[in-house]
Formats: sequence, C-alpha cells, structure tokens
Amino acid sequence: MTRILVVGEVDATEAITKLSTEVATLARALADALGMETLGLIPSAGAEGGAGEFARYLPTVVVDDGVASGATASERAATIFAALESSLTDVHHVLLPASPDGRDLAGALSAFTGWGVLANATGAGSGDDGLVVEQSVFGGKLITRSTFTDGLGIVTVRPNTVTAVAQDAPGTVETRTTAPTASVAGVSVVDRIESEGAAVSIDDARIIVSGGRGVGGAEGFALLQDLADALGGAVGATRAAVDSGWIAYSQQIGQTGKIVKPQLYLALGISGAIQHKVGMQTAETIVAVNRDPDAPMAEFADLYVVGDLVEVGRALLDQLRARAG
Amino acid sequence: MRIVVLTKPVPDPASGAERLLPDGRLDRAASPAVVNGNDEYVLEAALKLVEAAGEGEVILLSMAPATAPETMRKALAMGAHRGVLVTDPALEGSCAVATTRVLAAALKTIEFDLVFAGVDTSDGVAGVVPAGIAALNGLPYLSYAAGIEPDMTARRVRVRRISPTGFDVLEAAMPALISGTQALGEPRYPSLKGIMAARNKTIDTLALAELGIDPSTVGTAGAKTKVHAWEPPPPRAATRVIRDAPDEAARQVVAFLAERRLV
Repeated sequence: MTRILVVGEVDATEAITKLSTEVATLARALADALGMETLGLIPSAGAEGGAGEFARYLPTVVVDDGVASGATASERAATIFAALESSLTDVHHVLLPASPDGRDLAGALSAFTGWGVLANATGAGSGDDGLVVEQSVFGGKLITRSTFTDGLGIVTVRPNTVTAVAQDAPGTVETRTTAPTASVAGVSVVDRIESEGAAVSIDDARIIVSGGRGVGGAEGFALLQDLADALGGAVGATRAAVDSGWIAYSQQIGQTGKIVKPQLYLALGISGAIQHKVGMQTAETIVAVNRDPDAPMAEFADLYVVGDLVEVGRALLDQLRARAG
Repeated sequence: MRIVVLTKPVPDPASGAERLLPDGRLDRAASPAVVNGNDEYVLEAALKLVEAAGEGEVILLSMAPATAPETMRKALAMGAHRGVLVTDPALEGSCAVATTRVLAAALKTIEFDLVFAGVDTSDGVAGVVPAGIAALNGLPYLSYAAGIEPDMTARRVRVRRISPTGFDVLEAAMPALISGTQALGEPRYPSLKGIMAARNKTIDTLALAELGIDPSTVGTAGAKTKVHAWEPPPPRAATRVIRDAPDEAARQVVAFLAERRLV
C-alpha cells in the first residue's frame, strides 16, 4: 500500500503546531478516500514530546533525529529526501503546513525529488486521477482543482482548511536516524529575538479583530487588543496601518501580508480594498464597522455597522465584558 | 557588490481581470502585467545596498514570455542596471518545478554575490521557487527577510528573518539566496530620469538550448501539475446593514455573534 507522508512542525517549545494537526486530520481522510496509509514525520531531534501529541492524530509518527533541533527547512528537506529514497519509497504524496517553514521545505524537497507542488491547498479529495487538490487563486476569484501528472507530489495546506480531530486511540511514536544524501549550504542561527509583548499569531487564530487606517494610530489599536482579548482572538491589520508603524508586519493581512481564514473577522475602520480583501474574504463570518456606508467591505461583510469604530468598538467591548461577567 | 533580483511579471492583482485559458493556464492577455509586489521590495533593498557600497550592479533575472521586457523596464527604471530574460515558447505552461530548474540553470550563467527573490508571487502565491533554486545550486537560503546586512570583506551575510514571536538572526557565507518581504521597506517610484535611462539598458535573452535544458521536460509537456477544473467560490450571503446608535448597534452585533456561537 502506498503512503501519504505528513510532515509535522514543532514550535520553539517543541510542541506540535495546530496547523500540523489539521494537516494530519486531512491526510487521514485522504488516505481513506484514496486507499492509502498515512505516516507522520517530525524531522527534528528531541521532538518526542511534540511527536506524542502529533500521534493523537496519526497512527504512526516517526521522529527523525538525523536533523538537529532548530535546523533550517533546507536541511530538513535534505533528510526527508534521503528517507524518500531509502526507507520511505512507498510514499507518493507529502503533505505539509503552508507555514513559512513548510513553504521553504516544500520548495527544497520539490527541487530534490522533482515532484510537483500544489501550494496553499484549501481542500483535497479523491478523483479519477487520484489526489485532487483545491486552491483559491487570483485573490479568491476562482477555486481550482488540480492533480499531479505522474501521481507523485507535495501539497502545502492552509490553516483552517479542516478542523483537527484526534483519533479514537493515539498512535505510536518511533525514532529513526536518516543521514542526508544531498548537501545543503549552511545557515546558522546567531540569535533569536523575542519581540517585547509579541502579538498573538493571526495565522491560525479562530477570531481576528483587525484595524485599518480608520483606527488612527497605535493608541487606537489598544481598543482592538481589548476586543481581541474579550473574544479570545488575535489582532490583525491592513497594510496602511502597518506602513504607518501602528502595528507589526507579522499582523498584516492581505496581498503582501498573510491570508487568513478565521471563524470570525471583525474589521474596524477597514474599507475592504482588493489588496486587503484577498487576505480575509474566506473568513466564515465577517463583521465590519465603518463610517463609510459605501465602502467595498459593505458588499461582502455578513454584518456591516455604519458608525464610528471607537464608539461602536467601546460599546461592543462593554457588552462583551458584561456578558463574560 | 553584484545582486541578482528574481523578477516576475504577474497579472496586475488590482485589475481584477485575471482569468484562465480553457486549458487551465494563465491568460496573460486578460490583464496588464506588473512587476510582482514582493519582488519590488527586494529590488529596493538591492538598490540601497549597491548604492551604499558605492560599486556593483543589480541584475534582474526573469523567466517569462517574450513580452516581459515591457514589465522589466519598470524595474530598470527604479535603478536596476541590466536584465536577463529566459524566454522560450517551450516554457509556456511550466509548473513550479520547471521554473525552479530553469532559473537555477540561468543563475549559473551570471556572476553574483547575492540573489534576492520575493517570498512569493501574487499570481501563484506558492512561495516555493526560491527555496528550490537554493537547493539545486547549493546556495545558503535565508527566507522571509525583514533586514539584510552583507559584509563584503568577510563575505558573509546576515538576515533578520520574521519568526512567529519576533526575529531570528541568520548568517551564511556568500554567495547566498535571500527571499524578502514588504518588511524590507517601501519601494521607490521610478524618476523621470530613471525612466529615460531604462530605455537604453540591456536585457539579454537566453533560450532553453543555451541552458542545456531539454524542452520536453518543461512547459505544458513537462508539467508535474495540471489544473482540471475551476469555478468562482460560492457567493457570500447578503450583507445585513446596521445604522443604529453605538449601544444598539453593539447589542445587535453581540446577538449576531451569539447566534453563530462566536461568543
């Protein structure tokens, strides 16, 4: 039987990322539909803790300690390539998180293997030609369905494509050591700088409270932060707010920022220009507050409040806090 | 200091006119071509570094249709010194794997200290090509750069890479390949002088035969992926508009969120 390899990603504390568990959940469904098996892989020495958590989502997870903890994506790719050539020759598809590291890994692995890449999948299933991958293209204007022409390929999967569901019983964890066969030019990490009061990541946030030019300044974002805290979400922003220096680039949503798919997108003072829309239009629910009744956002939000974002935002915060008691 | 900047002409995302041909390939005639947004940020960073060094050149490298020089002129007008365009009818319909191989082969014909690329392109958004080129050519790969500091004397480069909680400081020997983001800073607008000068700058073209690549392994013939079907996404439900005073508006928002189990 052929296999789907799911490459899991661990964070700085060696915990498995939420997106990795979503990719694993998708892989299980695909394996059932395609008559394949799954195998989890964490190419990082010392990741047994994260692997244990990952194994709640997959029958078998391998930790490959042929790669040092904190190795670059290129080094991980060289080790995965070596494994695909030796112990994992029955793997036909590799599924990865569409995270920065996942993209780097997919690119290097594709170069080593010559396998095709279908990036940023928003869904996947089976068809006449095997695996069919759904992607959202042209800023969400079209949904495409694609296949690999030779049955072998690499897929990166976007956050919130599926909801992670653990198996009834946890899987097993094994450790292997694969020596890389391709040489990778060295990149050393000289320092890791934690930003003071780093914002909650918007990548896989369930709720995002986002602000644009209308927020008016860095102080204005304090209200958004309070709303995000009350809702259990993260703060996002438009490019205009980031360019004005009100909030970090890591929180930017849109064409040159991140593409997000939260359950709730609360947009304050955002007009909804195409450059921003492409980053958030697939949110399940969009609620917007804006003074301009004719802003583009009024055409695709589910609920559109015509009003002052500070006044409505404060009233909303009071009511959310009163509700939480 | 010589910096190669990978530059892709893409359909203008602001045009809203992008579409696919019946065979699933991009219809390049449907919308005007522009320089990919993220490529402009790394180009700006390259121009600043070469200006600060007081010597060197910025070389654009594109794999694109024969009409690409029109788009490349804008990047030349910003200040890049010359361009190299890999163009060949056999490349039409190339997937990311072929694009990676072709650009990797073309890079070997150019002398450089650093290669810059945007983290992704606004048309494909895959963001996998730079990492692949680095892997094929044995170059150190430093991605998601928010700051780039080369040291020509030590022949090493430092990059501030955006991490989920802040920055990682990465270091590697030159030559190296770096992918960058908007965090590098706003690109300049071409000056009138720059636009005039760009007319006389050189764009050398390379065909597949000059790179020793078999045409049957690239383009539609060699594509590893194929688009079979496409459709617009399901339309969103109609917008409900609220024009009440703040307290009442907020009450309705909370009720709406509660209905959807979001609070």
